[in-house]
Amino acid sequence: MEAFLSFFANIDWFEIWLATGDTLMMLGGSLLFTIVLGLPLGVLLFLCSPRQLFEQKAVYACLSLMVNILRSLPFIILLIVMIPFTVLITGTSLGVAGAIPPLVVGATPFFARLVETALREVDRGIIEATQAMGASTRQIITSALLPEARPGIFAAITVTAITLVSYTAMAGVVGAGGLGDLAIRFGYQRFQTDVMIVTVVLLLILVQILQTVGDRLVVHFSRK
Amino acid sequence: MIEFHNVHKTYRVAGKDIPALHSTSLRVESGQVFGLIGHSGAGKSTLLRLINRLETPSGGQIIVDNEDVTAMDSNGLRRFRQQVGMIFQHFNLLASKTVADNVAMPLTLAGELSRSAIDQRVAELLERVGLSDHAKKYPAQLSGGQKQRVGIARALATKPKVLLCDEATSALDPQTTASVLQLLAEINRELKLTIVLITHEMDVIRRVCDEVAVMDAGVIVEQGPVAEVFLHPKHPTTKRFVQEDEQIDESEQRDDFAHVPGRIVRLTFQGEATYAPLLGTIARETGVDYSILAGRIDRIKDTPYGQLTLAITGGDMEAAFARFVAADVHMEVLR
Repeated sequence: MEAFLSFFANIDWFEIWLATGDTLMMLGGSLLFTIVLGLPLGVLLFLCSPRQLFEQKAVYACLSLMVNILRSLPFIILLIVMIPFTVLITGTSLGVAGAIPPLVVGATPFFARLVETALREVDRGIIEATQAMGASTRQIITSALLPEARPGIFAAITVTAITLVSYTAMAGVVGAGGLGDLAIRFGYQRFQTDVMIVTVVLLLILVQILQTVGDRLVVHFSRK
Repeated sequence: MIEFHNVHKTYRVAGKDIPALHSTSLRVESGQVFGLIGHSGAGKSTLLRLINRLETPSGGQIIVDNEDVTAMDSNGLRRFRQQVGMIFQHFNLLASKTVADNVAMPLTLAGELSRSAIDQRVAELLERVGLSDHAKKYPAQLSGGQKQRVGIARALATKPKVLLCDEATSALDPQTTASVLQLLAEINRELKLTIVLITHEMDVIRRVCDEVAVMDAGVIVEQGPVAEVFLHPKHPTTKRFVQEDEQIDESEQRDDFAHVPGRIVRLTFQGEATYAPLLGTIARETGVDYSILAGRIDRIKDTPYGQLTLAITGGDMEAAFARFVAADVHMEVLR
C-alpha cells in the first residue's frame, strides 16, 4: 500500500485538477456547438437525400461531399490546418478557446451523419400519417421526425461526446491544455508514468460516465 | 362526396413508366362505406392515396366535397387534409407520444383549439373508442386492436367528413378485426362519415361496405352494391375473391357432386326471402325431392342472404324452377 502511494507521491494534483477542468470545458463547449450545428445539418442531409421529403440530388451531393471530406481528414491534420481560422475567430490557437473550433469542425460532420442515420430509422408510415394530418414540412420535422428519432439522436450525441474526449486528448499536441496535454507533456516527454496512469484513468472514468448517462437517456426515450 | 374523373397515375421507376392506375372514373356518395378490394399491386393503395393527394395524379381531376383536390396549392392541401382522416395497416402511431398526445396531434398541428379544448376533445374521442383508461400509456404498451382504436380516434380528431382506411384490419386477428369493423360501422352510422376502405379480404367488404369496387392491375373491373357484386360476381377476379371468402373450390366441388343424381341448382336468397319457408312449400306442391349439397346463410352488412346448392330429383322440376324464379330467388342451374 505504501509502495503504491509513494508511486503517486510526485504528482502535482492541482495541475491534474486544472487539466480535468480544461478537458471538461473543451468537451462541453465543443459538444454544444457540434449539436447546434450538426443537428440542422443532419436534418438537411436527411431531407435532401433520395426519396425523402425535399429530395434535392445536387444539394445532397454537395453536402455529402463536404461531410465526407471533413470526415476523411485525420483529426491531427485538421487541428494544424485549422490554426489560421481558429486564430481568426477566437484570437488564439492555444488553450480551451483555441481547441474548440477544430473540435467542432472535426465532430460536426460525424454527428450530422449519425443524425441522418437516426432520422432514416423513423418509419416512413409515421411521416405519411403526419402528412395526412395536414402537417407542414416544418411541423413534420419538429412534431414527428425529431421526437421519433430522439433515442437515436441521444445515442448519436453519446458517441460524438466520447469521440470528442479522444479528440480533446489529441488537441493537447497543439497546446490545447487538458488531460491529453498533461499526458503528453509529463507522461510522454518527461517519462512520468504516474501522471500517464492518472490521466488515462480519469479519461476512462469520463468515457464511462458519458456512456452510462447516454444509455440511460436512450432507454428513457425509447418508450418500448 | 368523392369523384374521380379520368384519373390516372404512372410511376417512373429507373427511367421506365409503370402505370399504377389506369384512367379511372368513380363516384362515392356521401355517407357511404365504399370498399376497394384487390390483390397487392392492384392499385388500390394508390387510388386511396390520390384522394388526399399523398400521391399526385398524373392526370385527371379529383373532387372531394365539391373541392378540386388536384388544383390545390400547398396551403389549401394542408387545410383539406385536416378534413380527411386516415388510418393505416400498421397504425403509424408515434412511439414517442402517449395515446392522448397521439390523438391530440392533428389538433395541435392545426393549431386552432386551445389546450383545454384539445384535452376535452381527446377525452371525448378516447371514450368513443373505449380507451379512456389508456390515455397515459405509450403505443408499445397496447395490443394491435387498441393501437388501431387510437388510430381511429386520431383520425376523427378534426371531425373529418371522409375517413380513409388503408388495410386497417389486415394486421389484426379475426376477433379484433370484427370489433374494429364494428367500430367503423358505428362511426359511419352515427357521424354520417363517408368511409373509403381498401382491403384484400372479402369478409371486410361483406361486413361493413355499402358499395364495392374490385380492382385488378390498375383497373376497376367490377363495381356495384356489395350484395350484387358478392352474390352475382361477373369478373374472374371478383369470382376468385368470393370463392376465397367461402373457401370453395369450384372444380373440386363439381367432382364431389359427380355421383349425385338429379339436377343441380344454386339458389341465392336475399333479404326477407332468406327466412321464408320456401324450399319446403315448393317441394310439397311440385312433388320434387331435394338434398342440400352446400350452403351458407349469412349477412352482408345488414341484409341477410342465403346461398344453397341443391340436388333436385323427381316431381315437376320445371314447375319448381318457375316457382323459385317467381319468388325472387336467383337461380343458377349448374347441371
